Amino acid sequence: MRIGVPKEIDDGEKRVALTPDVAIQLKKLGFTLAIETGAGDAASFDDDQYREAGVEIVEDPKALWHSCDIVMKVRPPSPHPELGFYGVELLGKGQTLISFLYPAQNPEMLQELSDRGVTALSMDSVPRISRAQKMDALSSMANIAGYRAVVEAAQHFGRFFTGQITAAGKIPPAKVLVIGAGVAGLAAIGAAKSMGAIVRAFDTRPEVKEQVESMDAEFLLLDFKDEDGSGQGGYAKTMSPEFIKAEMDLFAAQAAEVDIIITTALIPGKPAPELITERMVASMKPGSVIVDLAAEAGGNCKLTVANEVVVKHGVTLIGYTNLPSRLAAQASQLYATNLRHLLTDLCPEKNGEIVVNMEDEVIRGATVVKEGEITWPPPAPRLSVAPKSDMGDKARAAVEKAAPKPAHPLAFLAPLALAGLVLFGLGSVAPPAFIGHLTVFVLSCFIGYMVVWGVSHSLHTPLMSVTNAISSIIVIGALIQISSDSALVVVLSTLAVFITSINIVGGFAVTQRMLRMFRK
Amino acid sequence: MNTGIITASYIGASALFILALGGLSHQESARRGNFYGMLGMGLALVVTIFGLVTNNQFFLIVGMLAGGGIGWYLAKTVEMTQMPELVAILHSLVGLAAVFVGYANALDHGSSISGVEKTIHDVETYLGILIGAVTFSGSVTAYLKLSAKIGGKPLQLPGRHLFNLGLLVLSVLFAIFFVQGSAAGGGLVWLVLMTLLALVFGVHMVMAIGGADMPVVVSMLNSYSGWAAAAMGFMLGNDLLIVVGALVGSSGAILSYIMCKAMNRKFVNVILGGFGTGPSKGGAPAGPAGEAGDVQPIEAEEAANLLADAREVMILPGYGMAVAQAQHTVFEITKKLREKGVNVRFGIHPVAGRMPGHMNVLLAEARVPYDIVYEMDEINGDFPKVDVSIVIGANDIVNPAAQEVPDSPIAGMPVLEPWKGKTTIVLKRGMSTGYAGVDNPLFYKENTRMLFGDAKDSVDALLKFLNE
Repeated sequence: MRIGVPKEIDDGEKRVALTPDVAIQLKKLGFTLAIETGAGDAASFDDDQYREAGVEIVEDPKALWHSCDIVMKVRPPSPHPELGFYGVELLGKGQTLISFLYPAQNPEMLQELSDRGVTALSMDSVPRISRAQKMDALSSMANIAGYRAVVEAAQHFGRFFTGQITAAGKIPPAKVLVIGAGVAGLAAIGAAKSMGAIVRAFDTRPEVKEQVESMDAEFLLLDFKDEDGSGQGGYAKTMSPEFIKAEMDLFAAQAAEVDIIITTALIPGKPAPELITERMVASMKPGSVIVDLAAEAGGNCKLTVANEVVVKHGVTLIGYTNLPSRLAAQASQLYATNLRHLLTDLCPEKNGEIVVNMEDEVIRGATVVKEGEITWPPPAPRLSVAPKSDMGDKARAAVEKAAPKPAHPLAFLAPLALAGLVLFGLGSVAPPAFIGHLTVFVLSCFIGYMVVWGVSHSLHTPLMSVTNAISSIIVIGALIQISSDSALVVVLSTLAVFITSINIVGGFAVTQRMLRMFRK
Repeated sequence: MNTGIITASYIGASALFILALGGLSHQESARRGNFYGMLGMGLALVVTIFGLVTNNQFFLIVGMLAGGGIGWYLAKTVEMTQMPELVAILHSLVGLAAVFVGYANALDHGSSISGVEKTIHDVETYLGILIGAVTFSGSVTAYLKLSAKIGGKPLQLPGRHLFNLGLLVLSVLFAIFFVQGSAAGGGLVWLVLMTLLALVFGVHMVMAIGGADMPVVVSMLNSYSGWAAAAMGFMLGNDLLIVVGALVGSSGAILSYIMCKAMNRKFVNVILGGFGTGPSKGGAPAGPAGEAGDVQPIEAEEAANLLADAREVMILPGYGMAVAQAQHTVFEITKKLREKGVNVRFGIHPVAGRMPGHMNVLLAEARVPYDIVYEMDEINGDFPKVDVSIVIGANDIVNPAAQEVPDSPIAGMPVLEPWKGKTTIVLKRGMSTGYAGVDNPLFYKENTRMLFGDAKDSVDALLKFLNE
């Protein structure tokens, strides 16, 4: 099948859905590839690089939309500023569109794709389960956004991130507060930390505390009764009013203290929650910076203006919504790799033909239109982790069931009594010599028992080889009998001497060899 | 030489043997322990040869030299990965020697005693040969299984329990016939028949036991060889043999017990055989996270990066490492990482490998210092602090199903818990199950990455990327 990649036409969009590296990989899956001329320029991939990777360069974007079996994009289709076409109207039956489509926000486009009999996969609808991580473009883009947010903050912040003591005076380290420790938040924590800032993070989901602390950042705990903010699929959910009040108090206290706030709080399908009020902004030190990664969904701060940098109360508010695009080469590479993973799953035969297998949970989730039929929203994803308490109860029940009944307190006497009887019986008939040997035997068993329990586990193999060697003491039996007059006995004894000698020498020598190897 | 000196020497030898076993309690004293063992053996041999042998010294010397030479050669040439095979075949020799000595004794002086004494002596002879023969044929079978000359799958004859029971009843009957026959001056035919029975029994017993239970089998045969020696001691009225036999017998029994406990198996169940083939076990549920196909593969380069970035690394080897002869490269990786300040440790499950302590010997051979090699119980609590665990050629011993799935065939078996750490890298050839035939939910955990391929190739690749 032929894959076509048009140039992104949205304002300020520098990413591209295919890189030369990924093109080589896709060709191995059996696809042929075409790209609009100049599509990769803004992300520093020129036409020659694509040509070298075996991608056909196409001048006319319309032809690309019209003729390719699969069209891959980053942004949802939008009207072309010069040629005036939209893209979707050029698609038809049997064609597949793979892109960020945001089906919830674009119902008309979904309808049109459906009317035209197109199959459409939306990269933002890939379910967030562990197997789909490699094609989770939201995560890979969020990672870049988080990193870039710190870079943007540094750009507008008039001081160092790291603390220093110089001849010209002491420089205190910048204090960064990251709100929302999702993928973007964690990336921001990592970037700010590596630039030397003091980083604090807050999240309503207590389970991310460990992740935050693993990055050497401080997790701000709310002094509040247990309320777990974890929603389905790893996102946060809306919290109770009391919780929000406590949260706001915390932010107000922090705002007066920190230099940089990076907010990443998003609740799927809802406007972003307001976390930073105008009062808090005013309380911040002049020169402070707020990067609002939720700007597109209304912003975590009311003062943020989407796609702009504004200064209010002496605080710089950055509302860029295209942060991934501002690291175009990196973002394109990750996004194209996400696409490649998706195509790998779509093309199990590696023959260049895609199969939209609706039984596959990941493909099912990503597919929003299948051959003209709207399949969005998908059924709720199966939870990949079974509820823990269930399992625990079952296991506990099983353990309880398996626990043996307590033995009768005098039960241990039974074997003793039995042993006593046996000994008594033996003693009454056996000759004294036998009883003497039995004494030695029983005592030796106890000595062996005591001594061997003390042997280190790591020396169990040498223990076996050395016991093997000393059990060849049987040779004594053969030696006692070798002087017999009977030829047969001599033969048997000689054989016994022969084989026990193998054992004695072999056993001790190999033990020695092993023990010599153990060293500190 | 008078009897007093001989007996005194035997007491000395017994004490030396006890010291030999005692020495093995620590690495520092182990070599001294082995030396005590040799000293004891030398003392016993010298005293017996000069005190009791009166004739046929030529055969004696030829036998000893030839046997000693072969033993020396074996000990020098054996690969450490083949230790279980060597130990098994050496056990068989003890068994065989017991049979020979028993026969020699039965043929030699049957008439000097009578009455109860005679009966007891005959029973001792009979038992000695019986245990010896079982040890012999069982060990040979174990050797064949361990060296993969015959398949490791448990052989499960229909009605095998009845078969075993029949053998037992027959051997008791034969014992009675033998004692009666012996009192009349014959009975040897029953001894021979019993020997054949015992040989069949030994083969059948080991054939019925699966590969995962090999450590138990090897320790059990170790124990048997001891009991055979003890029975010979009773037969010959020799306390030294009794002492040594009892020491070795209880040593093997304890090892068997430790192995059984490490697998959460009852000794009797192991002996009755058939692990991992029963109908209730084949279709065992894979556990809560067992969405087949949800494994996450990793490439060697990425795995190497994970290792290089880690602060705490735990290496968990299993028999697969021995098969692939990967232990030397594993140590190279260990050295490399330790140079970078990574704290690398090894975690050893008691039944990792094919015999007790097998992994320790392999790691020692690869020059891994023993103070970074830990037992399961010592390190299981440390996993939450571990950044990367590497599982090399192990499966059942790292299976969380043992804790999480109450109806799993390995439920309750103590296991290493790498899934509690940050990341686990599993080096594995494919997705096959372990000996127990149980699917391993560890492979599907979110923090597990599978590095597919031959263990040796994988560790070579890891080392290569670490060196870059």
